[in-house]
Amino acid sequence: MTDATLGAIQIATDDELESPARRALRRLFRRKGAVVGLVVIAVFILLALFAPVIAPYDPVATSWSLVRKPPSALHWFGTDDLGRDILSRVIYGARASLMAGAISVGIALGIGVPFGLLSGYRGGFIDALISRITDAMLACPFLILAIALAAFLGPSLGNAMIAIGITTTPIFVRLTRGQTMSVKVEDYVEAARAMGNPRWRIALFHILPNIMPALLVQATLSIAAAIIAEAALSFLGLGQQPPAPSWGSMLNAAQRFLSNAPWMALWPGLGIFLVVLSFNLVGDGLRDALDPRAR
Amino acid sequence: MKILRLAVAAAALLLSLGAGANAQTTLRIGLAEDPDILDPTLARTYVGRIVFSAVCDKLFDIDDKLNIVPQLALSYETSADGKAMTIKLRPGVKFQDGEPLDAEAAKFSIERHMTMQASFRKSELSSVDHVEVVDPLTIKLVLKTPYSPLIAQLTDRAGMMVSPKAAKEEGDKFGQHPVCAGPYKFVERVPQDRMVFEKFADYWNKDNVFIDKIVFLPIVDATVRLANLKSGGLDLAERVLATDLKDIRADPRLVLSTVPELGYLGLTINIANDKTKGGLSQSVKVRQALDLSIDREAINQVVFNGEFTPGNQWVSPTHPYYQKAFPIQPRNVEKAKALLKEAGVALPVTVDYMVTKGAENEAVAQVVQSMAAEAGFDLKIRVIEFATSFKQAQAGEFQVFQINWSGRIDPDGNSYVFMHSKAPQNDGGYSNPEADKLMDDGRLVSDPAQRKAIYEKLTKILLEEEPIIYLYHRKLLFAHTTRLEGFKPLPDGLVRVIGLKLK
Amino acid sequence: MLSFLTKRLAQLVPTLFFVSILIFSLQHLLPGDPALVMAGEERDPAVIEKIRQQYRLDRPIPVQYFYWVKGVVSGDFGESLRIKVPVLELIEQKLPVTIQLGSMAIVIAFLIGIPAGIVSAVKKGTAWDYGANLFALWGISTPNFWLGIMLIFLFSIKLGWLPASGYVPLSENWRASLASTIMPAFVLGNAIAAILMRHTRSAMLQVLESDYVRTARAKGLFCKLIVDAVFNRDYAVVQGVVLVTATVYIMLNLIADIAYILVNPRLRA
Repeated sequence: MTDATLGAIQIATDDELESPARRALRRLFRRKGAVVGLVVIAVFILLALFAPVIAPYDPVATSWSLVRKPPSALHWFGTDDLGRDILSRVIYGARASLMAGAISVGIALGIGVPFGLLSGYRGGFIDALISRITDAMLACPFLILAIALAAFLGPSLGNAMIAIGITTTPIFVRLTRGQTMSVKVEDYVEAARAMGNPRWRIALFHILPNIMPALLVQATLSIAAAIIAEAALSFLGLGQQPPAPSWGSMLNAAQRFLSNAPWMALWPGLGIFLVVLSFNLVGDGLRDALDPRAR
Repeated sequence: MKILRLAVAAAALLLSLGAGANAQTTLRIGLAEDPDILDPTLARTYVGRIVFSAVCDKLFDIDDKLNIVPQLALSYETSADGKAMTIKLRPGVKFQDGEPLDAEAAKFSIERHMTMQASFRKSELSSVDHVEVVDPLTIKLVLKTPYSPLIAQLTDRAGMMVSPKAAKEEGDKFGQHPVCAGPYKFVERVPQDRMVFEKFADYWNKDNVFIDKIVFLPIVDATVRLANLKSGGLDLAERVLATDLKDIRADPRLVLSTVPELGYLGLTINIANDKTKGGLSQSVKVRQALDLSIDREAINQVVFNGEFTPGNQWVSPTHPYYQKAFPIQPRNVEKAKALLKEAGVALPVTVDYMVTKGAENEAVAQVVQSMAAEAGFDLKIRVIEFATSFKQAQAGEFQVFQINWSGRIDPDGNSYVFMHSKAPQNDGGYSNPEADKLMDDGRLVSDPAQRKAIYEKLTKILLEEEPIIYLYHRKLLFAHTTRLEGFKPLPDGLVRVIGLKLK
Repeated sequence: MLSFLTKRLAQLVPTLFFVSILIFSLQHLLPGDPALVMAGEERDPAVIEKIRQQYRLDRPIPVQYFYWVKGVVSGDFGESLRIKVPVLELIEQKLPVTIQLGSMAIVIAFLIGIPAGIVSAVKKGTAWDYGANLFALWGISTPNFWLGIMLIFLFSIKLGWLPASGYVPLSENWRASLASTIMPAFVLGNAIAAILMRHTRSAMLQVLESDYVRTARAKGLFCKLIVDAVFNRDYAVVQGVVLVTATVYIMLNLIADIAYILVNPRLRA
C-alpha cells in the first residue's frame, strides 16, 4: 500500500513514468476500442492542424454553378447550397470542434478543480456555499445555461467555448470535491499534515495527483460533450459565424435540403459522431484502465 | 310499441350521427410559426393575421388588384377636406356570441384599438381624433389631418371588429378565446400545437362557407411542414421553401399556389448612428458602390432557384406604384471599384453586417458577402437572434442590417416609417428634409396618379442616397393537396376561407 | 433514514432559490428587450413604454424578482409574455407529452442499455463486448439534433412510415400516439441507454451516479417550450419551466439516492 501511494505521490515530481501510470497505459492499450478511439482522434487532430494543406478547396469559396452537386470525383462529399466543397468544410470544421472541446474543458478544469479542492478540503461554510451553487447550476438544463451564456456574450466561436466551459465547470467542481473528500482521509495525507505541510501544498502535491485519474476520465468524456455542445450552439446560430465552417452550422444549413441534398447533412453529422465516439471510447478505456478494482 | 319507437329513434339517431360524421369536413392548415395572442388589438405577428382571416372579419378587404372591397362595411366616403371618413355598415351582421354589429359596436372596436393600454394598433390609427355614431349603421371617423393610407389600415387588424360584450368581460384575456364576426368561431388552442375553429352558423356570408372545421397547426421546420402535407397530415401549407418547388411541381397530389408579396428584403445602412464612422455612413459613393457590386439575379438563382423577384425599390416591379423610370441596375464591379477610389476610402472596406438568424437569411448574406468582396468590401457577417436584433438596430449597433419587411398594401406603409426623419423604424437615422416633405405630401393626396408623381421624385432621391439597398421581393409560396378547391392567395399572404371546398 | 430525508428536503429550498436567481439574472443579462420582441414590426415608443410598465420591465431587477417569488409562493407563475397564457397552464399542457416521451425513452433505454451491459460484462473482451459497447456508446456520441433529422429523413420522408411532427395523445389513438412519439423517444432513449449500459457494467458509481438523471433532464423535458421561450425573451415561461425541471431533477436525484441506500445495506449506517 505504501509503495503504491508513494509511487503515486512521485508522479507529480518525477519525469520518468512510475509503475502505476505505466500499468494503466498498458491496460489502456489492450482495449481495442480505446486504441481505435485514440487513432481516430489523432487523425482528426492532424486534419485540423494541416487543413490548409490537406483540404482540396478553399472552404469559403462559393461557386454559383456548383450549387448542391452530389458527391463526385471532383467533390468527394458533394457541394453545399452555395457551391462550396463539403469535404474542405468538414476538414476545416474539425478545427472549430476540436478547439471547442479542448478549450471549454480547459476552462472547466481551470475553474472547477481549484473550487472543488477548496470545497472538499476545507469543508464547512465554504463547502456548503459552493455546493449549493454547483447544485443549482447542475439542476439547470445544460443547454439552456449554455444558450443563455452564449447569447449574453455575443455570437462567436470564442464566446461559445467560454459558455460551454462555464457550464461544464460544476461537473468538475462536484467530481473534484467528492474525490478530495475521499482522499483527504487517507494515511499519507494525514502523515503529510502531521509533518507540517501547509494546506495548499498538500492539496497540490498530495491530493491532486491522486485524483488525476478520475479527472482525466471525466475530462475526456466532457470533451465529447463539449464538442456536441459546440455543434448545438452553432446549429442555433450562437457559435461559429458564417461563412467560417463549423459542423453544427453546416447541419443547420442542411436541414432545408434533406430531400434535395442529403449529403449536406450526412458528412458533418458523421464527423461529429466519429470524434465524439472516439473520445467516449478513450474515456471509457481510461476508466477501466485506471480502475483500481479491475483485474 | 314503446320499444319499437325507441329502436326507430335510436336507429335514426345512429344514422344521422353516421351521416353527420361522414359529412364533417376539416381543413388543416400548416403555419410556419405559432401566432402570438389572438386579439386583433394586441396582435403583432404575420401568422396571426392568417388565423384572423378565418375568425375576425374587418370593415373592408382587398381584392387581387389591391382594390378596397366591402366586408363588414358596405362603403366609405371621405370628406372634401380629407378630415372625415363616413362608413356605412352592413346590416344584419352578428358576432359569434349573438351580439349585433351596429355603429356602437364598431365605435367600440375602433376605440379599443386606439386606447387599450398595450394596443399595437395605435400608430395605425394615430390620424383618427375620435369616432362618431351617425346612425345605427353609420359611423364617422374624424381625423386630425388628412391621411390617405387610413382606408388601407381598415382592411387589416385595425379594421377588425370585436364583440363589445366579450371584450368588456375578458379585457386583455380576450385573445384566449376571441369573439369576432368572422366565418369560424374559436373552439380551442393548445400553444405550439394547434388552434381549432368551427363554422359559425349565423355568419353573414354563410352561404359561401362550405368547410365545417379549420385546424391551424404551427410547424416551424419547413421540411417537416412539407412532409406533413405530402403524407396527408395537412391540406394546406404556407411558406414552403423556394428550393422545394421543383419537388412540389413534380408531385401530382400537390398544387402550388404563389403570389408576389407586398414586402421586400433590403440592407438598411446605418447613416446617422454609426459610431465607428465607417465608409458606408460617411459617403454616398461607398453606398452606391455596394449596390453596384451586388448581382440580384444571382442571389435569386442561387438561394431561391430563381423563383423570387429581384427589386430595387420598396415596391416590387409588378406593383402599380413601381417607378419604371428607375430600373434595376445590373452588377458592375468596375464601376463599384471606381466609386470606391473616388470616395478615397482605404480598401478593403470592413463592414459590420448584421443578419437575423435563419437559414435563408444567412445564405443570402453569404452570397452578398462573396460578391461584395470582389469590389473591395469585407463584410463581416454577424448572425443574431431575432429578439436581439431590434434592440441593436434601434441603438445603431450595426453598419448594415439585412432585414425583411412583410409589406403593407399602401406604398406609404413600406417607406414612411423607415425613411422619414425620426420615424420609429428609421434605424439608420436617414434624414433628408426634401424627402420628408415628399413623404408627407404623399399622405395628403388620395388620387393615385398624383401620389405616384410625388413618389417618383421621392424615388429619385432615395435611389441616389441609398439609405436602404433593396434586394428582392419574395413570392408567397403555398402548397395544398388536390382535395382543396377554390384557394387563391392574395398579395397580403392571408388564407381567405370563403369559397374553399374540400373534395 | 428519516433524518437523511428531512435534511435533503431541507436542502431543496436553498438550491431552488439559487436556481431561480441564476436563471433570473441570466435572462435579464441577455441582450434584447422583451417589450421590443412583443412589439415586433410595430414600434410606437409610447406603446412600448406602456408594455414595460405593465410587466414591470422598467423596475430594477431585484424588484422584479421579488414580485416573481411572491407570485410563485401563492401559486402564480406569471403568464407568457407572448400569448398571455398562464405559465402553469402551458406546463400542464405539455406535461402529458413530456411524461409519455420520458417514459418511452426510459423504456427504450432499458431495452437497449441493460442487455448491452449484461452482454458486455458476461462476454468481456470478446467481439460481443466491443459490439455492445459501440452500440450503446452510439447513443451519446450522436448529436441528437442530427439523429432527429436523419430519422425524420429516413422514416418520414423516404419511407413514409412515421409522421414527421405533431403529437397525438395516448387517450385519443394509441397507435397514432406511439407513431408520433417513437422517434423523439428513441433519440432521447439512446443517450440514456449508453449510461445505463455503463452502470450495469462498471463499478465506479460515484463518478456516474447522477449521470443518467442529469442526461434525462438535460435532454428533453419541455425542450421546445423552453428553447422558444429563451429566444422570445419570454421570461416568465423560462423561469417557470426551469423551476419545475429543477425540482423534478432534485426529487429524482433524491429518489435515486434513497434507492441506492435501500439497496446497499452497507451505506445505511
